[in-house]
Amino acid sequence: MGVARYEKNDKDAIEEVIYQSGIKVKPVYGPKDLEEIGFDYEKDLGDPGQYPFTRSLHPQGYRSRAWTTRQYTGFGTPQESNERFKYMIAHGQTGLNVAFDLPTQMGYDSDSPNAEGEVGRVGMAVDSLRDFEIAFEGIRFDSIGSGLTINAVASIMLAMYQAVAEKFGYAKEQISATPQNDILKEMIGRGAWIFPVEPGVRLVCDAVEYSVKHLPRCNPVSICGYHIRESGANPVQEIAYAFEIARAYIDNLKDRGLSPDEFVGRFSFNLNVYGNLWEQVAKFRAARKLWARMLKEDYGVSDKKNLYLRGLFGGGGSGLTKEQPENNIIRGAYYALAAALSGAQTTALCSFDEAYTIPTPRAALLSLRTLEILMEEVGLRDTVDPLAGSYFIETLTKEMEERIIAEMRRVQDMGGMVHAVSEGYIQREVARQAYEFEKSIQNGEVTKVGVNKYVEGEQPDVELHEYDDSWARTQIARLEELRRTRDHREVVRSLKTLEQAARSGGNVMPALVDCCRAYATVGEMTGVFRDVFGEWSEPRLF
Amino acid sequence: MEGKRIRVLIAKPGLDGHDRGAKVVSLALRDAGMEVFYSGLHRSIDEIVAIAEQEAVDVIGLSIMSGAHLPICERLMERLKEKDMSDVHVAVGGVISKDDVPKLEAIGANGVFPGGTRFDVIVHSIRSWF
Repeated sequence: MGVARYEKNDKDAIEEVIYQSGIKVKPVYGPKDLEEIGFDYEKDLGDPGQYPFTRSLHPQGYRSRAWTTRQYTGFGTPQESNERFKYMIAHGQTGLNVAFDLPTQMGYDSDSPNAEGEVGRVGMAVDSLRDFEIAFEGIRFDSIGSGLTINAVASIMLAMYQAVAEKFGYAKEQISATPQNDILKEMIGRGAWIFPVEPGVRLVCDAVEYSVKHLPRCNPVSICGYHIRESGANPVQEIAYAFEIARAYIDNLKDRGLSPDEFVGRFSFNLNVYGNLWEQVAKFRAARKLWARMLKEDYGVSDKKNLYLRGLFGGGGSGLTKEQPENNIIRGAYYALAAALSGAQTTALCSFDEAYTIPTPRAALLSLRTLEILMEEVGLRDTVDPLAGSYFIETLTKEMEERIIAEMRRVQDMGGMVHAVSEGYIQREVARQAYEFEKSIQNGEVTKVGVNKYVEGEQPDVELHEYDDSWARTQIARLEELRRTRDHREVVRSLKTLEQAARSGGNVMPALVDCCRAYATVGEMTGVFRDVFGEWSEPRLF
Repeated sequence: MEGKRIRVLIAKPGLDGHDRGAKVVSLALRDAGMEVFYSGLHRSIDEIVAIAEQEAVDVIGLSIMSGAHLPICERLMERLKEKDMSDVHVAVGGVISKDDVPKLEAIGANGVFPGGTRFDVIVHSIRSWF
């Protein structure tokens, strides 16, 4: 949940404030604090739009352009998803953000025994190109971009996206897709991993390399500190781990002979906004600065636009409570305020009922209105980086920066992120923190309104999203028909080519596009990878 | 069972990867002096029963966030019966509605702990079974 610890005396005066990152906050800050940290405007902040971008990526911040918002959708079969996509586009949305069901995310076909009860449950079920043809029918690939929330098999979905666009008459240069494609964070939190760490990272980077060379409008990786934080990490670790994950991908791509200037501009981030307001604002300001500095100093990136920390600052899911759910409306507004004060480029907000059910349309609309009120009513667009120069915020930003650097060094000392995740160091650290945090809520050391203080009334029950069995039947019937009617020799041939590419260590993307065109299924393509790479066995928790 | 450490397997069945709750409860039971095994993600019921048998656990704790707790718990009970392991106690945690608590108990779960249950309540319940 992520709020600060307040130690009080018997007169209810606060004696000590300790943030989740471990930073102690003083009751008063002044000019002396800036002196002590050696605050230097040019070096520490720079003007908005100037290196190191602490204040903003753009010279005028929201004055020139407000943040953009994205909703997460997709459920059931491709038909249902297609209807929903068209509805959202008709209502002004300029991009889609596609959710996939768990079998698809884990590389199983809808008729696999492993898929039982899960087909279409948490997102759209996809078995083959035929499903993408239905899901994206009538969508303009040259003007509508799609986020694909998938990781272990992101390379397959990107290949399929190219194949479907071609089928509808678009050139691959026209398509704009953003697969999440961050496997290392799946291994730390969220858990939708399949292959061992090294082939997992290879597949991520195959998709990036292929995009750099052939898909000029695709942003092939979105690094998610978000889920790492949801799993229990503190804000410092959220940023440090995200940047060290990025380093692992950058190093892999450099080893392929690519120059970082060719690809880092295609990286984006997904970061979390819940918790103490000041700590979040300082975190994002420090993060913009550190990312630019890491790219410039460690990788010699020179093009200014390649130094931008792009991405979505939003969500806030684990700050929400199922107790007194209306309180989440208020929490969401403050989390959005943190995002706005941080200069978030893109944002989205979890809905107030999300702690106990899949969001209702009314709740989703309230989230959108919260964001609009901030931008259009109460003045968050007025001036760029309004907290700059505050004795407190600048001191805190510096402290966050130092702690993030120290945490990044710790990961490097472990041998880098690939090794740290393989050995389970990061996962154990995150689990330990989640445990300590849960204890501090249970024993009341950290206040959560409506949960361990100001508790009242009957608690609402959880509502589970209705699951429709007919989705699985429809999906399996279509898959069976596909298996009967497709050109079987083409499927076998393309899968054989895929196997050779996987074994040879070359980029698997061209072979995947070929398999998709031949209507090979997600389960078949993933099956090739399972045979060649094996499956990951998770390191021990203790 | 005086003097013997209670042996618990915390298990994550199925494809869902949200394991914060399972890990946190594993650490809490361990701090309470129990011998805890954690299955890791994406386990089938057969794999879970095999680990339980090999480690000779007294309790299997299923962590299920997907809403499929009733069929999963039923399948576990059947397998335990087939393997003559019905003396193993079963606890279920996760996203569980109030209505489903008695249903899980009727299937044979000894304890049901929806998300947010205090650690001391879980520890106390498990100890009371021995």
